[in-house]
Amino acid sequence: MAETQSASRDDAPASAAKHQDQATEALIDQQGDHVVGRAVTINRSRDELFAFWRDFANLVTFMDNVERVDVIDAQRSHWVVKAPGGRTVEWDARITEEEAGRLIAWASEPGADIVNSGRIEFRDAGARGTVVVATIAYDPPGGAIGKFVAKLFQREPAIQARRDLRRFKQLMETGEVATSSRTRAQLEEEKA
Amino acid sequence: MRALTWHGKHDVRMETVDDPEILNPRDAIIKITSTAICGSDLHLYDAYIPTLQAGDILGHEFMGEVVEVGPKSTLKKGQRVVVPFTIACGSCYHCNKHQYSACPNGLPADNQDIAMPLYGHEMSGLFGYSHMTGGYAGGQAEYVRVPFSDVGPIVIPDGVDDDKVLFLSDILPTGWMAAENAEIEAGDTVAVWGCGPVGLFCVQSAFLMGAERVIAIDHFPSRLELAKKFGAETINFEESKTYEALMEMTGGIGPDTVIDAVGLEAHGFFVDNVIDQIKASTFLGTDRPHSIRQAIIACRKGGRVSMPAVYGGFVDKFPLGAFMEKGLTLKTGQTHVQHYMPGLLNAIMEDKIDTTFLISHRLPLEQAPEGYKMFHDQQNEVTKIVLKPGMQLAA
Ligand SMILES: NC(=O)c1ccc[n+]([C@@H]2O[C@H](COP(=O)([O-])OP(=O)(O)OC[C@H]3O[C@@H](n4cnc5c(N)ncnc54)[C@H](O)[C@@H]3O)[C@@H](O)[C@H]2O)c1
Ligand SMILES: [Zn+2]
Ligand SMILES: [Zn+2]
Repeated sequence: MAETQSASRDDAPASAAKHQDQATEALIDQQGDHVVGRAVTINRSRDELFAFWRDFANLVTFMDNVERVDVIDAQRSHWVVKAPGGRTVEWDARITEEEAGRLIAWASEPGADIVNSGRIEFRDAGARGTVVVATIAYDPPGGAIGKFVAKLFQREPAIQARRDLRRFKQLMETGEVATSSRTRAQLEEEKA
Repeated sequence: MRALTWHGKHDVRMETVDDPEILNPRDAIIKITSTAICGSDLHLYDAYIPTLQAGDILGHEFMGEVVEVGPKSTLKKGQRVVVPFTIACGSCYHCNKHQYSACPNGLPADNQDIAMPLYGHEMSGLFGYSHMTGGYAGGQAEYVRVPFSDVGPIVIPDGVDDDKVLFLSDILPTGWMAAENAEIEAGDTVAVWGCGPVGLFCVQSAFLMGAERVIAIDHFPSRLELAKKFGAETINFEESKTYEALMEMTGGIGPDTVIDAVGLEAHGFFVDNVIDQIKASTFLGTDRPHSIRQAIIACRKGGRVSMPAVYGGFVDKFPLGAFMEKGLTLKTGQTHVQHYMPGLLNAIMEDKIDTTFLISHRLPLEQAPEGYKMFHDQQNEVTKIVLKPGMQLAA
């Protein structure tokens, strides 16, 4: 738990830090040492967005690499996530912090294939709706080489998180996730 | 169905492909009755626009009949609609401000990354215009899938000819928005570079907005002739010096407002090249910015610059000094088509705007490849080609 305030720290979010160690220090939960952060404005109320996200089973509708999330109980869920080479990685996650309409934080439990933690915040943006800020920290599978492989497969978490949030925005604002496929067969292929 | 597909430079073909299907709740399937070839399509034909893939279906100016609707579409089977070339959701921050061409919700999340390094933001989805704008199949086909069909397409009253309303899809709103961006005041002289479809609609729109004089610039005599028909004075830049002519014609003041309706045209840009160059932080001049340079130099002090013309990358020798010292204002952008469609449909119905004058050729869709070649090779004679699926092949 660290809100490290070095004298030189500016107002930019931790995920924009040039030096990753500084960024991880500012994270609520220090599980995982690579940080991915994204802010997106969604033209819906905090409560609506929170409610949709809080039901983890919904996440599969916009998180492309998530195969499924099984809700175990009010605090715990089991994640099955696509990995390079047609494999999957799994973990149990537990909610570490929750504030209705404002914040959900979670962390993987011991034994996870990828040690990770995340935090999603919903902030009022007046007439613009809600600013959603996601921060995800993770240990890349297999260290640097794993990350390199992941990059080749476009499942690199920074890219993935960015794209997931865009899909979340689309789903919440328009009721659907954009696709440029022409036929159902193409759409299936795209999702595979 | 039959569709016009892109395969490379100057290689477009009619092919048989699978029919489109409803994939999202707000989709509709339109059976195309008329579709035009645009000046912007020539950039694709000349292979200047990157991120096109072999087999992509082109076409962003089209209209037709609703034949299938998703559960959340508000259209009804049998209705005739014109479809805007920009794909916008109607409910995001940008759409609420009527900045439809800035809507990110029609662009698939993965495609949004393509423009980021170049522009800092994602663009909106467009029909038939490369994968940077979504990779959507276009309307030079028998059928097309239209997303957000509850907010995009405009329903056309029965008995109104396709030819009269087809250009609501792009070039008419584009010419109109360009004139609006020129912030024309009564008594103004407006100079328009380029007498293609966009420039010609700028001419008409400028007069409707109260311009006293419009001066149109091009080098194709027949295009200049069309501008003249709408009351413009003309400058043929192959016969006269544009700057000198403009200064003389405006008593040394210069045009109050200038419109660039030419664009990058002959010189393209290459995204991979551009991205590499950004990374290397080196200087790059890719687009051909001749007309916008000229427009800025000719514009009167304190005047306005409107730029409907498309630019994609970086330009060399942009006259930033002249722009600053003369205190000019610049407005530009992909057209917010949805915003202008209803008003312009009324203007057409009330015969305030002439649209059909532009069409020089009508061809069956099957002859689309010939159409591209004609439009590319004979710009003087060919001002606009409209393709019609099912039209009988000329003997
Ligand atoms: N902003 C938008 O949303 C939007 C929409 C449609 C088209 N466009 C763009 O608008 C531009 C014009 O479109 P169009 O369909 O009319 O194209 P077009 O190619 O038919 O017309 C361009 C005209 O400019 C003339 N020209 C070339 N160099 C010139 C110069 N130096 N001075 C004066 N005239 C010159 C050409 O002879 C031609 O007649 C293109 O860049 C197109 O991509 C923008
Ligand atoms: Zn067009
Ligand atoms: Zn929108």
